[in-house]
Amino acid sequence: MGSSRADEVVLVKAMVYRGPYKVRVEEKARPKIEHPNDAVIRVTLAAICGSDLHLYHGMMPDTRIGHTFGHEFIGVVDEVGSSVQNLTAGDRVMVPFNIFCGTCWFCSRGLVSNCHNVNPNATAVGGIYGYSHTTGGYDGGQSQYVRVPFADVGPAKIPDWMADEDAVLLTDMTATGYFGAQLADIAEGDTVVVLGAGPVGLVAARSAWLMGAGRVIVVDELDERLERARTWALAETLNFTHVDDVVLEMKKQTDFLGADSVIDCVGAEADGNFTQHLTGAKLKLQGGSPVALNWAIDGVRKGGTISVIGAYGPVPSAVKFGDAMNKGLTLRMNQAPVKRQWPRLFEHVKAGHLKPSELVTHRFPLEHIAEAYHVFSSKLDGCIKPLVLPDAA
Amino acid sequence: MSTDQQTGRPAGGPATPHVAHRRQPPPSADELRARIPGWGADLDHADRPSFPKLDWQADRYGAHWDYPAQQPGGEGRERSIEHAQLTPVFGTAQPLHGVSGAVRRLAYARYSEGRLAHWMLLIAGDRIDAWGAHARSFLSGRPDQPFTETGVVTEVTHHGLASRLRSSRTDTRHQVLDPVVVAGPWVAAAVGAFLGGRALVRAVRS
Repeated sequence: MGSSRADEVVLVKAMVYRGPYKVRVEEKARPKIEHPNDAVIRVTLAAICGSDLHLYHGMMPDTRIGHTFGHEFIGVVDEVGSSVQNLTAGDRVMVPFNIFCGTCWFCSRGLVSNCHNVNPNATAVGGIYGYSHTTGGYDGGQSQYVRVPFADVGPAKIPDWMADEDAVLLTDMTATGYFGAQLADIAEGDTVVVLGAGPVGLVAARSAWLMGAGRVIVVDELDERLERARTWALAETLNFTHVDDVVLEMKKQTDFLGADSVIDCVGAEADGNFTQHLTGAKLKLQGGSPVALNWAIDGVRKGGTISVIGAYGPVPSAVKFGDAMNKGLTLRMNQAPVKRQWPRLFEHVKAGHLKPSELVTHRFPLEHIAEAYHVFSSKLDGCIKPLVLPDAA
Repeated sequence: MSTDQQTGRPAGGPATPHVAHRRQPPPSADELRARIPGWGADLDHADRPSFPKLDWQADRYGAHWDYPAQQPGGEGRERSIEHAQLTPVFGTAQPLHGVSGAVRRLAYARYSEGRLAHWMLLIAGDRIDAWGAHARSFLSGRPDQPFTETGVVTEVTHHGLASRLRSSRTDTRHQVLDPVVVAGPWVAAAVGAFLGGRALVRAVRS
């Protein structure tokens, strides 16, 4: 510790939460080194994740006014704490959305997204940048500067050959989508249904092929996203608003067997059932609207696998668990352990198997953060993945 | 092979789940490899990242400690009572304050994460925090402005109507509730204040 800048008060611009559906840019004190293994990163590029919308909509408990969101960001090391050995000022780094220590019971065994040493507010979830106090109370990267704990453990230097827009989308979206396909336990020739054609769902669909899927079917309601599923993820598509009963349609399209695996890439704000959406997403009487999860349970074949990477809140949800038990399903889920995924994902990006930057549709200056959230939240203008440019502020 | 016109499945004989093998086999590996760049690159389950789930990480991801140094300033920091101790590192953004802080502190101090009361108190704290912040903002040099802070201007600049009409999306039914969620508490508070004030005035006059 003992930074020479410790007592300076320098103001920087950051996205700030002002209550459900309201955000703005404010000037905040530049983050400081608070632990010997901290770094302060000058953010050069950030993104808005679909899960940020759960915060934006006021669904995640203990989201405090003044909080800065953002867990997908890259930047340049501006300052390091006294014990940092692996980074120096000026390094160009990408930062996993997981904050983790590397040495607790869970990190030691590879469960870095479940680190026990970074989130005092909850044991049920690890530490995440800019994702409420339920994940530790760290301000996030939709800002000009951000504090990065355990700088020797989480961040990685961005390879010279990697483009910034690919790097920033490897910090969550790509790692999570690929991890979702991996959790689906895909074997050669399997039929895989992906629920949700957002950025993570599109990556999951594309990744399912890498693992040997024989068919990939993407389900959503937005035509422009389903078009991306066909052209970018090379998948078949099903618009659930075009059919009376999506579960029955999934059965019909899989020869009445059901899919071998279903990946829930939707999470807490699923549409498709008005009552579930109203009680789960709008009135917050559930930990989210489990429409996609219930479609997964009913649409997968008996003995099949469901992968859940859609985010849900900690409050109970009305899930059809009886069907899951009676069908002998395997349910696999977690927040993605991003750093553990990176070596293979770097290979896929370099080989051209996955090119996440191709999913970027919008780029907003930080000053226009309210507009960015509304466009993404309301799915205007064909928005699939918006980036945030702090330097343009 | 002839197919049933209604279902598209092979006609004749029992359908797939009723017999041991699929009636419609998946495409061949060669066909898929020709069509999908990288198909099957990660076919081997044991050669996928993060496998097995629990796997000893000898390199510790670069950590050079057995247990991290303790971040200073943790006195009084709220924590889940399921934690045996304060974590060595913690966020310092937005410390607890005021009424919302008291409600949140009660949630952390009294109830484990397994209790619904823990989460409902935190959600209640969020709403109190939001109402208080909105009220305080009117005493500050920068009051809340729902028009700019909701980004609703993009309904005009980013094709709001066309975006909704272009797809057969169902979420537009739910989005009409968004203004209710945003403005509802303000309207309810205004009505409550009016009724309360009127009752007070009548009580004083009588």
